[in-house]
Amino acid sequence: MAMQVDLVSPEKMLASMQADSVGLPGSDGDFAAMPGHVPVATSLRPGVVTIESGSDRTEYLVAGGFAEVNSEGVSILAEYAATRAEATREMFDSVREAAVAKVEASEGSQKSEAERELNEIDGLIKSLG
Amino acid sequence: MPSLKDLKNRIESVKSTRKITKAMQMVAAAKLRRAQESAEAARPYAERMTGVLSNIAASAKDREDAPALLKGTGSSERNLMVVCTSERGLCGGFNSSIVKLAKEHIARLQGEGKKITILCVGKKGREQLKRDYEDLFIDPIIFEGVKRITYTEAEKVADVVLKSFDASEYDVVTLFYAEFQSVISQVPTALQLVPASIPEVEGEAAAASQYEYEPDENALLSDLLPKNVTTQIFRALLENAASEQGARMSAMDNATRNAGEMVDKLSIQYNRSRQAAITSELIEIISGAEAL
Repeated sequence: MAMQVDLVSPEKMLASMQADSVGLPGSDGDFAAMPGHVPVATSLRPGVVTIESGSDRTEYLVAGGFAEVNSEGVSILAEYAATRAEATREMFDSVREAAVAKVEASEGSQKSEAERELNEIDGLIKSLG
Repeated sequence: MPSLKDLKNRIESVKSTRKITKAMQMVAAAKLRRAQESAEAARPYAERMTGVLSNIAASAKDREDAPALLKGTGSSERNLMVVCTSERGLCGGFNSSIVKLAKEHIARLQGEGKKITILCVGKKGREQLKRDYEDLFIDPIIFEGVKRITYTEAEKVADVVLKSFDASEYDVVTLFYAEFQSVISQVPTALQLVPASIPEVEGEAAAASQYEYEPDENALLSDLLPKNVTTQIFRALLENAASEQGARMSAMDNATRNAGEMVDKLSIQYNRSRQAAITSELIEIISGAEAL
C-alpha cells in the first residue's frame, strides 16, 4: 500500500508521488510516516526528508517547515528545500544568517532554542560538504 | 494647414512610437507567461498552508490564549495598509486601480476616526499616494531592479509587518494588490492579513481530522501564522507581477492600435495635401501656357 506524498516550497512543487514511507525531521524528534499513520501536524527542524518508494530513495534537504500527516497522505511545507544533489551551500547560507540574527535578537529560553536551531543548520551544511 | 514636411515628420514619429509600443507589448507578453507560471507554481503551497491552518485554527480560535495574529488584539483602532504596486509605469490603469481601492478604504476608516499608517511596496503607488497621505507613510519597500519576485522579497515585507505587529503598533493589517484574472481583467483586492482571515472548514471535515500536534497546538500556531502572513504576501506579489504584465500588455496593444489609426489618418491627410499641391501647380502651368 502506498500513500500520496507532496513536498512543496513557496516557489514550486518539488515532489508529488506515491511512496511507501517518509522520514521526517520533526521538531520533537525524527519519525517515519507510513500509510495508516495517526494524523499528525508537526513543525520541522532543519534536516533531511527521506521519501522511499519501493527500492527508490530520494533525499531532500529542508530548512525548517511544517508537515501534515493524515489519512490521505503526507504534505510537507518547506520554506527552503532541495534534493541532496541540487542543494548548494549558498542556499543555506541565507538560512544560516537568519538563524544567527535570531540568536542575537532573542534572549532567555528563546535564545537556547535559537542556538539549537543554528547548530542544526550548521550540521546540515557540514553534511553537504 | 501643416506643410507636407511637417506631416511627413509626424507620420514618422507616430510610426516609431508604434514600433516601441509593439515591442513593449511583446516583451510584456513574454514576461506575463513567466509571471503566470510562477504564480501557478506557488499555488500548492498557499493552498496547503490555508488547509492546515483552517484545521488547526478552527479549534484554537475560541480559546483565550490563541495568538494575536489569529484572533486580533481586540481592537481595530490602528490600521496598517500595505499597498503593493509596480515599479514601472506604462501599464494602463493597473496602479491607479489599486491606489483607488486603497484610498477608498483609507477615507472610510478615517471617517470612522481610526488611525492609519501606510506601507508602500513599489514605487508607483507611493508616487500616487504621496500628495494626499505623505504624513501617514512609513519607510517604503522598493523592489527596483528585482527581476523575479522570490520568497525572499515577500519575507522582507512580512518582516516589517510582523515586527511592527509584535511591537503592538497596529491592530489590523490589510494588504492591497491586484488579483490576476486575465489579460484584460485585473481585480484590485483588499485582503486582511491580521487578524488572519482563514476560511472555516465544514463541520464534518473538521471532526474527521483530529490531529496530534507536535509541539503543542499553540506553539505550532504561533509558528505557522507568521509563515502564513509571508505566504499571503508572496502570493499577492506574484499576482501583482502577473497583473502588471497583463495590464501593460493590453495597454500597449491599445496604444499600438491607436498609433496605427493615427498613421492611417495622417497618411490620408498627407496624400491629399500632396495631391492638392500637384493640382495647383498643374493649374499654374496650364494657365501660364494658355496666356502665351
